[in-house]
Amino acid sequence: MSGTFLGMPAFPANAARAVQDSQLRHNLRKATHTIRAKRLSTIAEVPDWRELREAAKAVKDATLRDLDRHLLCLEEQVTATGGHVHWARDAAEACRIVAGLVRATGETEVVKVKSMATQEIGLNEALAEHGIEAYETDLAELIVQLGDDRPSHILVPAIHRNRAEIREIFLRSMPDAPPGLTDEPAALAEAARLHLRQRFLASKVAISGANFAVAETGTLVVLESEGNGRMCLTLPETLISVVGIEKIVPTWRDLEIFLQVLPRSSTGERMNPYTSTWTGATEGQTFHLVLLDNGRTDVLADEIGRQALRCIRCSACLNVCPVYERAGGHAYGSVYPGPIGAILTPQMRGMGSPLDASLPYASTLCGACYDACPVAIDIPEVLVHLRARAPHPPAERAAMGAAAWTFSRAVRLTRAQRLASRLRRLLPRRLPGPLSAWTDTRDLPEVPAESFRDWWSRTQGGPR
Amino acid sequence: MRVALFITCVNDTLYPGTGRAVVSLLRRLGCEVDFPEAQTCCGQMHLNTGYQDEARRLARRFRAVFARHEIVVVPSGSCAATIREHYPRLGVETPRVVELTEFLVDVLGVTDVGAYFPHRVTYHPTCHSLRGLRLGDRPETLLRAVRGLELVPLPGAEECCGFGGTFAVKNPAVSAAMCADKCRAVLDTGAEVLCAADNSCLTHLGGALHRQRTGVRVVHIAEILASTEQDKPAGTPIASGRGR
Repeated sequence: MSGTFLGMPAFPANAARAVQDSQLRHNLRKATHTIRAKRLSTIAEVPDWRELREAAKAVKDATLRDLDRHLLCLEEQVTATGGHVHWARDAAEACRIVAGLVRATGETEVVKVKSMATQEIGLNEALAEHGIEAYETDLAELIVQLGDDRPSHILVPAIHRNRAEIREIFLRSMPDAPPGLTDEPAALAEAARLHLRQRFLASKVAISGANFAVAETGTLVVLESEGNGRMCLTLPETLISVVGIEKIVPTWRDLEIFLQVLPRSSTGERMNPYTSTWTGATEGQTFHLVLLDNGRTDVLADEIGRQALRCIRCSACLNVCPVYERAGGHAYGSVYPGPIGAILTPQMRGMGSPLDASLPYASTLCGACYDACPVAIDIPEVLVHLRARAPHPPAERAAMGAAAWTFSRAVRLTRAQRLASRLRRLLPRRLPGPLSAWTDTRDLPEVPAESFRDWWSRTQGGPR
Repeated sequence: MRVALFITCVNDTLYPGTGRAVVSLLRRLGCEVDFPEAQTCCGQMHLNTGYQDEARRLARRFRAVFARHEIVVVPSGSCAATIREHYPRLGVETPRVVELTEFLVDVLGVTDVGAYFPHRVTYHPTCHSLRGLRLGDRPETLLRAVRGLELVPLPGAEECCGFGGTFAVKNPAVSAAMCADKCRAVLDTGAEVLCAADNSCLTHLGGALHRQRTGVRVVHIAEILASTEQDKPAGTPIASGRGR
């Protein structure tokens, strides 16, 4: 395992390996089912959940419609309150800006608040190329980083690890881990806390993302559970926040909706332990905001696909997805796994690689994700939309063409059915080629001697 | 009441017993059943696999075939959902299309259809019935009224079985893993019969239950609702054997 997703095989091959990993299956089943139950019970407490969801969706849609205006407002407010705003067209530009800002401080170490945007652009790796070491301070991100691993969940990136593995990782890669470290969760957390405390006190530069950016006042908002975010946001002399342009909400009144739906949808909590807000540069601190496009405006141009930009990264869709539960996050080859990843990644990266082209098909279209989504992203609709644009294998195209030809006249279907009925005793129990994927685990149904339509035309529906 | 039957290509070709059951059930409840013989397929497979042009042609075909009918009954949750939810997105308007249990409960207003099926049965609400059409407890309500039938709840019923149309061959490992978990849940109920309102999911589940020699058979809800004491032997569904 290494820290990159580049060059991975397509989803089916990745998933086929993952489903045979008993430890992974056990961890995922336990974790997703626990969060699922918590989410359902905290949502049931809110009598107006449906209305909240509609409001969240409406606010995001309205904001995206006038995104340019809100972004300029945000820039103006952040600048007016002493912050510096930078615009990054893509991942490379964003990394260049951040690396330049860190180098200007003369520091070679930074602490990081858990952030999907910086994962998306591969910031840690880019900083390393400039001789800058980035330290993750979220417990799960720390586990992933120390294990030279990749995140497998948006909210709980080390969901694929159990406590015995975490103990081993700490003992191997955390220089100040106590030698007698046990796999008790409290002991592991304490070891990480002591390790991180030194980092917080020593670091002069911090890098964060943001859950929301309130345009009317230029305020950034981070929701977190561990307090590491609060330490990073307040202690260092320089704070750099990398924020996707879709994170904007126009007003504090709008923010109120999301502060209700996000914790309940993500961790199943009524409220997350730490909510930090900051407006521009606070006293004694230099603040830089890097606004990141990286394919988002292209997504915005797609009438059906653009609803993916409503996403608030809660991971409710991952936790209810039966495919994610069995394939795990790494199979999706992106920092955005699960159903939302299956619609975000192909839109942001395109479908040029076999992996990215396979993602829209990494779903049964069961609809559990759509039901769970707090901003009502119709993920199955977007998946089907993307499938229409995905490259299709020639054999499949031929088979689909033949099926469409058969279905285009009833007489053709009738002939095909009669042929199948005549050959019913000769049909193999195991199918050849790609169709063997069906008969590897399932017996075929018996082909009847007579189709329904032939029975109907013979009997007009049988005795009355 | 006069209704048009859209049998679906899967039922037409592989499960004529389900179709015969629907006809006998609807006639027993006083309906006049039309079967427009020009019908073929709703285009769900093409649509969901990314062949939108082919799907649109089949959708227009469906519209033309059923244009003169007031109400179309479909014994498949996923086909009904395709027609009702996705045709409008393809720009195709259709007459009123209802899934079989919706038709019985909402249109005819019956919950006891006079059936007899003396077996222990568990019901799997397929995804398109549950989250697409929002059938709710209509199927269970109908099953509970069947004489002799013992309905046992299926743990984790709302979870997808892993069929997903072409997903089953495009992602066979995950599909089989999901199917294994669903089969385990079915076996835990101790039911003899697994029932659903969609034969495509039952082809997948029944294929696995048969391969594993579980002795659990899968039966479309129409076949249970059509069964009466007159059937021989008592309560045997009209359909013949499945799986080989």
